[in-house]
Amino acid sequence: MNRYVSGFCQYRLLLWELVKKGIKLKYRRSYLGIVWTLLEPLLQTVVLTIVFGTLLGTRTKTFAVYILAGRLLYSFFSGATKGAMRSIRSNSAMIKKVYVPKYLYPLSAVLYNYVIFLISLIVLAIVSLVFGVYPTWNLFLALIPLVLVLIFALGVGMILGTISVFFRDMEYLWDVALMLIMYTCAIFYYPEKIINSGYGFLLKWNPLYCLIANFRAAVFGDPFNWTMIGYAGICSAVVVVLGFYMFYKNQDKFILHI
Amino acid sequence: MSEKKLALEVNDVSIKFNLSKEKLDSLKEYVIKLLKRQIKYDEFWALQNVSFTLNKGDRLGILGLNGAGKSTLLKVIAGVYKPTTGMVKKYGKIAPMLELGAGFDPQYTGRENIFLYGAVLGFSKEFLKSKYDEIVAFSELEKFIDVPLKNYSSGMRARLGFAIATIVEPEILILDEVLSVGDAKFKKKSEARIMSMFDKGVTVLFVSHSLEQVKRLCNKAIILEHGKLVASGEVEEVAKIYEQMTK
Repeated sequence: MNRYVSGFCQYRLLLWELVKKGIKLKYRRSYLGIVWTLLEPLLQTVVLTIVFGTLLGTRTKTFAVYILAGRLLYSFFSGATKGAMRSIRSNSAMIKKVYVPKYLYPLSAVLYNYVIFLISLIVLAIVSLVFGVYPTWNLFLALIPLVLVLIFALGVGMILGTISVFFRDMEYLWDVALMLIMYTCAIFYYPEKIINSGYGFLLKWNPLYCLIANFRAAVFGDPFNWTMIGYAGICSAVVVVLGFYMFYKNQDKFILHI
Repeated sequence: MSEKKLALEVNDVSIKFNLSKEKLDSLKEYVIKLLKRQIKYDEFWALQNVSFTLNKGDRLGILGLNGAGKSTLLKVIAGVYKPTTGMVKKYGKIAPMLELGAGFDPQYTGRENIFLYGAVLGFSKEFLKSKYDEIVAFSELEKFIDVPLKNYSSGMRARLGFAIATIVEPEILILDEVLSVGDAKFKKKSEARIMSMFDKGVTVLFVSHSLEQVKRLCNKAIILEHGKLVASGEVEEVAKIYEQMTK
């Protein structure tokens, strides 16, 4: 254990450099640069609000805030897990030539997506104020889902990263799985629609939905659902432990497969 | 003679690769083949029971034909590969110069790459900042330091890599034919830097096909053949065996 801690200290700079690289290179050579972090979710929310709000008739004034809160969390999760999944292969040149603790690659992929996500929360703040959703003390509770989603994404990312080294197909399978996760997260519709249809378990058993629902509750100042938070917390803990375990068990074999 | 300190211990190291006949990259294929019990691997031992020790200040030349396992051995020592059996013990900081600039990002500028590659090699930020000017000066890239690396020539890239990797004084230096970096002028400069490290008593592992170079630089040598250690000892004796082998 001590060895890992001292190893981590030695490679702290590398982790930071990899995170910085991810953020810097994402928007390099685009004219608006980091502004896209704010513009992208904003434009997508406009589209989603028009389609699902105006055209399909969900006429609540704060629907845009509702969509944005869900979408931001989901797109962090999808970006982070995809990034972590591909991190081993995309850094294969480095892995083949110098020794570096390998968990740094998926970890940095998740972290840089998280930083971009945190920046994009500014949009949520602005949109909330514009539509008259004002912060309450409940907003501080948003920290819980925000931390849990990071842990959850890291765990899932480590699992996927390990598997996809051995099976490239995982990348395509995960795209499909992400679509399923997106539709069972109630991002652009109200959950009542599904709960009333008798398929509510689809939402309840989805840890990401539990996090999104509570994040929204914090934003709107509604009471928290602690059962859901507990469930999501347990899921995150299990997934992160499993992820690191799988990764450590297999990391020495990575080099033979990339 | 004073008692010598151990620098490196390679203890009975073997490494096995599975060469699958067909590439099994997809889950579907894997499951089908698994059910049909058709997964066959060709086992290939890249290294078999290699053992040797080096004292501080020893300079070891590693000889062998192509595919003998020289680079694999260096990668095991550098920690890139984990040996299937056996172990490697290192005493001191190791500077692997296997392929210079392995951690470079082509979209990054030279300046950014200095910090990125430095971090890959495990240096601290303060250290890199204090040595930044020296690195730039040594690589002679002052004019191009803010240009993305993809616009560098391969010689410029190698120079930058060399300058970063040799900024520390390591205890163990791994050289995989990197003495031929850049143009004639830079080659002289890089040789001079490595020679000064030699003088300071660094332990060196050196792979080369040139027996001349090995004789000139090293005091010990080993020969690898098909992953097995066939000779080891003082450089003169081993060089004679090698000359016999390659006749």
